[in-house]
Amino acid sequence: MTRLSLAAAAALSMTTGAATAQTEITWWHAMGGALGDSLNQIATDFNASQSDYQITPVFKGSYEEALTAGIAAFRAGEQPNVLQVFDAGAATVIGASGATIPVQDLMTQNGVDFDIEDYISGVRYFYADSDDKMIGMPFNSSSPIMYYNIDALEAAGVEAPTTWEEFAETTAPALVEAGYIPLAQSHSPWIFVENFMSRHNLPFATNENGYTGIDTEILVDTPELKAHWTALQDWEENGYYAWYGAGWDDNQAPFEEGEVAIWLGSSGSFGGLMQKDLPFEFSATYLPYWEAITTEPTQTFIGGASLFAMSGKSDEENAATAAFFEFLTSPEVQYSWHRETGYVPITTAAYDLAKEDGHYDRFPAAEVGIQQLSLPAGENTKGYRMGFYVQIRDVMNREFGRILSEGVDVDDAFATIESEANALLARFGQTQG
Amino acid sequence: MKRAGFTQRWLPILLLMPQLVIIAVFFYWPAAYGLRSSFFLQDPFGFSETFVGFGNYLTLMRSPSYLKSAGFTVIFSVLVTFLSLAIALILAVKADRVIRGAKTYRTLLMWVYAVAPPVAGVIGLIMFDQSWGPLMDFAALFGWDFVLGVNYFDTAFAMVVVSVWKQIPVNFIFFLSGLQSIPRSVREAALIDNRSASGRFWDVTFPLLAPTGFFLLITNITYSLFDTFGIIDTTVKGEPGNNPMTLVYKVYVDGFRGNDMGGSSAQSVILMVLVLLMTVFQFRLIERRIHYT
Repeated sequence: MTRLSLAAAAALSMTTGAATAQTEITWWHAMGGALGDSLNQIATDFNASQSDYQITPVFKGSYEEALTAGIAAFRAGEQPNVLQVFDAGAATVIGASGATIPVQDLMTQNGVDFDIEDYISGVRYFYADSDDKMIGMPFNSSSPIMYYNIDALEAAGVEAPTTWEEFAETTAPALVEAGYIPLAQSHSPWIFVENFMSRHNLPFATNENGYTGIDTEILVDTPELKAHWTALQDWEENGYYAWYGAGWDDNQAPFEEGEVAIWLGSSGSFGGLMQKDLPFEFSATYLPYWEAITTEPTQTFIGGASLFAMSGKSDEENAATAAFFEFLTSPEVQYSWHRETGYVPITTAAYDLAKEDGHYDRFPAAEVGIQQLSLPAGENTKGYRMGFYVQIRDVMNREFGRILSEGVDVDDAFATIESEANALLARFGQTQG
Repeated sequence: MKRAGFTQRWLPILLLMPQLVIIAVFFYWPAAYGLRSSFFLQDPFGFSETFVGFGNYLTLMRSPSYLKSAGFTVIFSVLVTFLSLAIALILAVKADRVIRGAKTYRTLLMWVYAVAPPVAGVIGLIMFDQSWGPLMDFAALFGWDFVLGVNYFDTAFAMVVVSVWKQIPVNFIFFLSGLQSIPRSVREAALIDNRSASGRFWDVTFPLLAPTGFFLLITNITYSLFDTFGIIDTTVKGEPGNNPMTLVYKVYVDGFRGNDMGGSSAQSVILMVLVLLMTVFQFRLIERRIHYT
């Protein structure tokens, strides 16, 4: 061996020695594309901000795939330290109480200041247990909001509607007249069921939306919800609403192409829309409500996902996870994540920082999601907790597809959803022993 | 007559061991585990479970969506198997007659063979894309308002087209080599006996192709039931919605997407039994009628 390669080998062994002194943790997530870039930036910044810990983010596909991969890995004893779990999977993870360390416990055990009141009210309790203890750390929190094409609305001579009555009577006819498809939306179960409930402060399930018991029953076969869907079916027939399938992007594309004037999407879609340099001006506002149901509309649920600290890890690694969560919730990190993606800042401090920095003066639409989450709360707006909820959403999507493409009767479809969903909830109850 | 055999008992066992171990680890053990979990409802993380007997099976038998996807699976498999075999056979018979430029022609027909099912699905998605797919414009010529992912029938149609397209080259290769292995003397004799080309095909060529055809029938049924997973997965774009689904895809949706271990195990057991029955049926009833040279 030459002297040079010996020296290189020595240098190499020194660097690996330095690397092993750090505690390494892994983070499995479901953020692809531009969101993935922003997420990787957070990890890089965390690694650069200190020398004790090293976090490695790993992209695991869709939300469903990331959850399944995390569960399979847990059963094999190979779980990551941090797993991103989306809203619909929350009941599965929180139900398995041995699988995760509640975030609140993790933080306090590792000497990190934690006060649930620091979090904005709309996100505070969604991933909490029935005692209001935070189990999952809200990470990418969004809310469904109404995006609109300013040029289209001006051409039609209308304003963005605040109520569905206004949409049906004034906005939609004028937009059709101006040559636009008035409305599309990207996630029927999330926007037109879950958040329909919270916006109107209607109960979504028994047991306080499922938070206080396992023998929960869903409440979707209700006159209010069915009236909304009957209206949708009518709107689709007379060209006020177009449905492009259950896929998110298929419904977003016609808005971006300028065919659809109003699109209901996620506040987290904002960053992506800004980057796309659309050929028209757009803005956003609150989700409309039905005046016939309430005159005091309430806040919406958060969507998106949260981060769970998986159990079965060493104390050093848990300390690293706590340090990472502390970094993640700092106002600066939250603000930059909010600015780049459109997801809401989860703490009041981060929200204040965004306001001070003038972010909302530059982009008023960026504030809509958080403002909507900060509207008055009601007894039914905390969130919901239902097991096998991914399958329940699939049942909803299937029946909504049948309502909108096969003309199936709304009453029949909702009776089917309610009975199949309740059968799934009962089955989930049995899995919990 | 003395039977040839091993003198020691352990030697054949030893020689069989590697194969047996592989089968045990990758088939018997998971199958036994799947059978067991089909009688339980289990927490996804494996913390707790409840014995439900045949409950999971009864739930499936009473589920309209399961029965609907069973019905779809039958229609889908029959269509894909029949169409991909029939089209490949026509192409092979025609290609067999081509003399000039035969190689180029055949290579072009075989090309698609190299495409993996998910990639075939993505290509299908592009062809049938809602806003700019070329096949959509083609359908519009006939006044067909084709919308993938919205209309159940249209989505099913696209799945069949892509699955058939993907499978034709494999069948083509086998049929062509089957045709080319039919002895010249037989063909010439047939030419004297029968002047009608279609008559010669059905009386002589087709029976002689039967062994190849039988092999392809089995592989194509397997393909349409199992290997089309990738095509279906990409076509539904991650949202099952009201799209058509085969039984194999439903196992995935309920088990790996919905985390219902018991229910999807019961579905896998049902599929396992079906495949077993089908194999017995094929070899007992059909193979007897086929003569290998």
